[in-house]
Amino acid sequence: MIKLPAKQQMADLLLKITSWFCGLLIIFFFAYLLFDILLHGLPRISLEYLFSQPLKAGREGGIAPMLLSTLLLLALCLLIALPIGIASAIYLAEYTNESQWFARFIQRSLNVLASVPSIVMGLFGYAFFVIALQLGFSILAGALTLACMVLPLLIRSIEDSLRNIPDIHRLNARALGLSDTRMLFQVLLPLAAQGILLAVILSVGRAMAETAALLYTSGYVTRMPESVMDSGRSLSVHIFDLSMNVPGGEQSAYASAFVLMLLLLIINLFSNRLSSVIQNRSTR
Amino acid sequence: MSVNQTSHLKAVPKNYSAAPSIDKLAAYIHVNRLGLQINQQTIFEPLTLPVYTNHINALIGPSGCGKSSLLNTIIRLTDYEKNTRIDGSVFVDKQNIFHKNTDLIELRKKVGMIFQKPVPFPMSIRKNFELPLKEHGIKHKSDIEAHMETALKAVGLWQEVADRLNHSASMLSGGQQQRLCIARVLALKPKALLLDEPCSALDPIASRIIEELLQELKTQYTILIVTHNLSQARRIADYVAFMWYHDKHGKLIEHNRADVIFENPSNPITAAYVQGLTD
Repeated sequence: MIKLPAKQQMADLLLKITSWFCGLLIIFFFAYLLFDILLHGLPRISLEYLFSQPLKAGREGGIAPMLLSTLLLLALCLLIALPIGIASAIYLAEYTNESQWFARFIQRSLNVLASVPSIVMGLFGYAFFVIALQLGFSILAGALTLACMVLPLLIRSIEDSLRNIPDIHRLNARALGLSDTRMLFQVLLPLAAQGILLAVILSVGRAMAETAALLYTSGYVTRMPESVMDSGRSLSVHIFDLSMNVPGGEQSAYASAFVLMLLLLIINLFSNRLSSVIQNRSTR
Repeated sequence: MSVNQTSHLKAVPKNYSAAPSIDKLAAYIHVNRLGLQINQQTIFEPLTLPVYTNHINALIGPSGCGKSSLLNTIIRLTDYEKNTRIDGSVFVDKQNIFHKNTDLIELRKKVGMIFQKPVPFPMSIRKNFELPLKEHGIKHKSDIEAHMETALKAVGLWQEVADRLNHSASMLSGGQQQRLCIARVLALKPKALLLDEPCSALDPIASRIIEELLQELKTQYTILIVTHNLSQARRIADYVAFMWYHDKHGKLIEHNRADVIFENPSNPITAAYVQGLTD
């Protein structure tokens, strides 16, 4: 080891300690958050909590309608956003390049859309889907708004994973006489499957955490939704409402937050497993 | 391969095939005054090049003289480039490929192409055959299996992979992958093969295997191979076309039997190039 002057040794040590401390700080925040939610939420968690109706504005009872509404919102949102997302990404990655003004225009629009605050998105959803299209406060209107929110993310990630496929595969596919359709569906999309799945996971995470955009669009009634045209309260809206508008609802809010985090965790854990399965299936 | 053992200088230990002189032969592919421009930049000047049936035709010359572009043009991969201008014509099986009724899928079935990088689709070996075969109307599982087996046997890969057809093709070695790529083309029962430096990414042993394979294949196929490796061209080519560039674009300098190009070229640039005096 080279012996450094004392002053420099001091500086090195200081840097080490500072960076170590910052790392610790992040762990601390995460642990505190987790511990706080577990501490306050866990006592309320039971099968009954998951599968029963809320009572007294959510202070007591369970979260069954919110769970159902959340799942309906997510499923519907993906059902709407995924086909549009994949199709737009294909268009951007396979049929355009940076030099075309139309492609650049789409890219710009996506950038702007991606940075629109969710409260603004919510107002747009309210004005357009709820009022103009007369969908009313409904899960469908909420899912459509969520779809608008996740589309930029979805398109960008899918486009990236398509662009990352080496050109040699396109060249080979064409030289073998494969039609563009077959090349797209049987070579490029399977090769991009992992990236697409990752994009979906990110979008689901984003959609699940969304509150502001849903307040104005899918509403916040606590009853069980009867159809997608019915109003429904998502878990995140439930947490918001319990902690802001319902005195004595804190514990239930913690429990709901716990469930929400658990769902996100499960989705993330499954995604790794699922993506390798998809990759194998689609290329075998 | 028939060889002529008698008429050679000691210094050149190569037995050229007793190839007939060039104007008496059938040419499955006939490049006719073909010129290519991309973005107003001439890639190669109009050139005429018959590619002789059931022979190995080699295309040699320095990098950037348009050899690969010529191959791409023959199966119209240039269609996917923007701002291209193509003059002249290419006849494949006596049909002009630039005719508006040309069926590209059919053209690419007749003329298969193998690229420099040996990259099969990163899918199972079976899937690599299934995709093109299905596109060309072979849909029955048993038919696909039969085509695949024949093609893999033709490239000597069947023994090596028969028990792992469901494994990813990416697991194979470079040489095996290149043979798989050739087999994938052969499975479509083409008439001609275009190979764009098929051995440049391979080690010498794998290259030799491919060379021997090409020698066998030429009895059934018309082969046009681009190579930077002059000794490879000496070893396997029956006919050689030499391209050179000047003013930043490619030009066909000389085309003749391999022995003539290597022993007695008529153009001084060719002579310098085949003796390794230029790069």
